[in-house]
Parts: sequence; C-alpha cells; structure tokens
Amino acid sequence: MSATAERRQASRLLTRLLMAPAIGTLFLWMIVPLGMTIYFSLIRYNLMQPGNEEFLGLANYEFFITDPSFGTAVLNTLLLIGSVIVITVVGGIALALLINDPFPGRGVVRMLLISPFFVMPTVNALMWKHMMMNPIYGVFAQIAEFVGAQPIDFMADWPLLAVILMVAWQWLPFACLIFITALASMNREQLEAARMDGASYFQQLRHMYLPHLGRSIAVVIMIEMIFLLSVFAEIFTTTGGGPGDASTNVAFLIFKQALLNFDAGVASAGALFAVVLANIVAAFLIRMIGKNLD
Amino acid sequence: MSTSHPLPAAALDRAGAADTRRALRKKPFDWALTMRTIAAWAITLLIVFPNIFLVMTAFKTELQAIHVPTLWVFTPTLENFHEVQERSNYLLFAQNSIITSVGSTLLGLAIAAPAAYSMAFFRTKRTRDILMWMLSTKMMPAVGALVPVYVLAQKSALLDTTTGLIIVFTLSNLPIMVWMLYSHFKDIPHEILEAARMDGAGVWGEFRHVLVPLGMGGLASTGLLCLVLSWNEAFWSLNLSAANAGTLAALIASYSSPEGLFWAKLSAASLLAIAPIVVFGWFSQKQLVQGLTFGAVK
Repeated sequence: MSATAERRQASRLLTRLLMAPAIGTLFLWMIVPLGMTIYFSLIRYNLMQPGNEEFLGLANYEFFITDPSFGTAVLNTLLLIGSVIVITVVGGIALALLINDPFPGRGVVRMLLISPFFVMPTVNALMWKHMMMNPIYGVFAQIAEFVGAQPIDFMADWPLLAVILMVAWQWLPFACLIFITALASMNREQLEAARMDGASYFQQLRHMYLPHLGRSIAVVIMIEMIFLLSVFAEIFTTTGGGPGDASTNVAFLIFKQALLNFDAGVASAGALFAVVLANIVAAFLIRMIGKNLD
Repeated sequence: MSTSHPLPAAALDRAGAADTRRALRKKPFDWALTMRTIAAWAITLLIVFPNIFLVMTAFKTELQAIHVPTLWVFTPTLENFHEVQERSNYLLFAQNSIITSVGSTLLGLAIAAPAAYSMAFFRTKRTRDILMWMLSTKMMPAVGALVPVYVLAQKSALLDTTTGLIIVFTLSNLPIMVWMLYSHFKDIPHEILEAARMDGAGVWGEFRHVLVPLGMGGLASTGLLCLVLSWNEAFWSLNLSAANAGTLAALIASYSSPEGLFWAKLSAASLLAIAPIVVFGWFSQKQLVQGLTFGAVK
C-alpha cells in the first residue's frame, strides 16, 4: 500500500473517531428518551402510584387527542410561532434598515438593542407580567388611564397575545442584529448606482435589500423555529397556560399531564405528538433552508 | 478595484460611507439624518424600556415600586438586594448558574469541536445528512423528553445536581454548537492545511498551529452562545433541579407566586440574575452575532 493511501485510510479512521463522541451522545440523547417515551405511552404509568403499570395499548393516545385542550394547544403553538416570526422578521428588517446608515450614537444603539436577547425567559416574563401588564399598577394600565381608555387585563383577557409580545420582544433584537450584519456586507456601489438611476426607496427595497437579506431571513426563521417550538418558561411563570387553555401550547400541555397530573403515560403519548409536529416543521425547514446553508 | 470599472463606478467608489458622512456634515442642517437619529433612538429606548424600568424598580422601596403614577425621581435604596440574599441564598443559585453554564460550555466544545473539524475538512456525501439529523434532534421540544429524562435522572441520582444539569445542557446545545463550529471551520481554506501537511506537520501540529489560531473566532462565538443559552436555560433547570442545584433562572420563577406584590424584590433578584450575562453579552455582541449567522452572511 502506498504511503498516501495508508495516510488516507488513517485519516478516515481519525475522522470517524473525532465524530464519534458527538454522534454517539446525540444518538443516545435521541433514542433512549424516544424508546422510553414510546414504552411509557403504551402503559398506565402514574408517577404517584408506581407499581401499577399495565399495558394499555393506544388508550393514552386516545385520551390525549380527544382531550379538548389538544386542538387548542396545537393551534396556540402554531399561532405563537407564526406571529413571533412575522413580528421579528418584519420589525427586524425595518429596524435594521433604519440603523444601517451612520447616525450619532449608532454604536450605543446597537449595544442597547441586543439586551433583551440576553434576558433570561423567566425574568422577561415576570417583568412584563407585573410591571408592564399589571392592570392596576402596570405601565400599560397607566398609559390607558392617561388617554382615558379602559386598562386591559392581559393575563385574563389576552393571555396568548401577552406571551407573544414577551417572546417577540426577546427575539426582535436578535433578528435585527442578524439583518444589520447582513446589510453591512451589501454592495454599496450597486446601491448608489440604483439611487442615481432614480430607483425609488420601494424599488431599492424590493430589488436590492430584500434579495440580499434572503439567506439571513432563512437563518433567523430556522433558529427561531427551533427555540419557539418549545416556549415554556414564559407560560410557566406568567399565565400557567390559562385561563383555561387559552395560552397552553403543546409543550405546556405535556408538562401539565406529566408533572401536574403525574400521568406519565398520557404525557408520553403527547410527547410523541410533539415529536411528529416537530418533524413536520423540520421537514419544511430543511426543504426551505437546507440548500441555502451549504 | 477602480481599475476594473469604467469611470462612473470609480467616481461612485469615492462616495463611500465615510465620504457620504463628510458630505452630509457640510450641510447646515440635515433633516433626514435628524429624523433618522430621533426615530432610531426612540425605538431603541422603547425596546429597552422594560429593562430600564426593572433597574429603577430594583432600587425602590416596595411602596414606591407600585406607586401610581410611576415615580421617576426617588432616593435609591439597597435594601432589596440584602433581602434577596437573605430570603433565598442568591449566592448559592449564582454559583450553580456559573458552574452549570461554564461546565456545559467546556464539555460541549470538547465534544463538538472535533466533530465539526472532521466534518468540515473531511467532507463526505453523508456530512450534510449528519448535520441535518443533528439539527433535527434540537427541533424536538425538550418537553418531549421530559418524562424519560426525569425518570433517568431520578434513577441515577442526578436529579437536583449540577452534574445532571451540565449533562442535559450540553446535550441540548450540542447540535447548535456543532453546526456553528462547522460553518466556521469550513471557511478556513483547505490550502493552508495542505501546506502545513507538506511542511511535515502531523495531525497534532496541524491542530495546534493552524486550526486553533484560525478557528479561535468560531470557538469563541460558539462558546459565548452556549454560555448565554445555558445561563438562561429555564426548562430543564425548572424541572430537574430544586434547592441544591437550582440556577438563577429557576430562582426567579419562584417569584411568580401570586400572593402579594413585591416588585422591588423581584426586580432586585432579576437584576442580579441578568446583569452578569447582559454585560458579558454587550462586550461579545459582535462576535456572537457574527457566529449566529451560521456562515450565511459573510
């Protein structure tokens, strides 16, 4: 065997060796919980009454799907993801275009803007719930009083909107900064040329800015979807999924079954639905973004 | 650059950003710039307003905190910070947060970096599939694995331990870390490595003298992101930890109980919980955002 061939073989072995820990741990992280979840979903399994396990077949699934909360939770999950993505992408692009060109204090603005992204979800949620949205003392209530309107009780009347606002507030700066980074790499000469040729701002936006931002929009949507599918802490600390199921998403519904009702069997059946939902989203994403990121 | 362009382009070239600014400054008063500045600052302050409000409230007494209309001028007090420490042993939670986030960042980098390296430099047909598969494990909501992970942690005595949290944080960040490192490493020109190999550098030498210096930016931004994500992680710390290994994110959630209003203490605790990572984030902002574009923006 020649030296190069030997070397190539050695490097192939090394390659596998280097990837093994990451692939191995992730595989276990995926397959062990999944296997256990499938098993739990088929038995009666109450965390408070161990030793009472018996085979149930698909009863847990039936219970979870026919639970009226299920449809609401799926709808809420999609509404939450969809609205936050629309708000952050549209708002982020508008904001990025606004602060793309130099103005006094641009550096400070950039630094301040990213702050919400670093605020932990539990702090974010409580801050909004108490100080902004409290119907008596909150800032929104004061503004409403000031203009003579009836203060809105967000947690009671618009719980899902409240959660959407909190989550969008957290992710808007993130989206905006990614777009600023993308805009920084735009070809200024082309832009100037378009301006000289009398392209209106709308035309510049349509034919120059937006096409240039395509890939970063894809990245923002991808990252946000990954994190928004499992929004939990904001709901846990503010509305507790209520009132009723008004702000319960799939993640929170499973949590309720598992750790509030201690019904691990039904929770596991629900978890498998979450997996299916995630896979649908993932398939959609991969088709959309896969080719964009190579 | 101007040599390859006809004359008009060269003229445009001169009108770069700096020149534009200089040209603008010559005018007596620029309405467009003024409006843009005011709009940008107004929106930014609006976005950061909840944070400003939080910081203010942290230094008020409880009565001042819920005063309507909001008090903008008051004598600051540090009383809340004392009470936060007394009520819930803030320092223990802070220590847990530091241990778990630093621990999972280091462990994550140790596992992700070799994998990303081998994917970027020895690409095969399956590399993309592996990456997509890794990312798809991240798509699965954590709650889907809650019951099994809870049971496993309980059986292996890792419930409410920092070790348990480090393991779980690492695993849940791993796909993003591999992906981010991969997109950095793949931008390192292969020729440099070839040259090092020609010069007789072994695998270790190649790693030590070429990859580490060139990949430092990627490692840094990946580490930063992982640190931020772990510090702020709330789902697993809420469900897998309590009095012993609880992190700051879990501590704050304990303030969500509805009885009584205690904005000032809540704000003080929150400020203490977010200040380290926000300040840290400010300094690393550029690095972090660059990394998060996943190589889609050069």
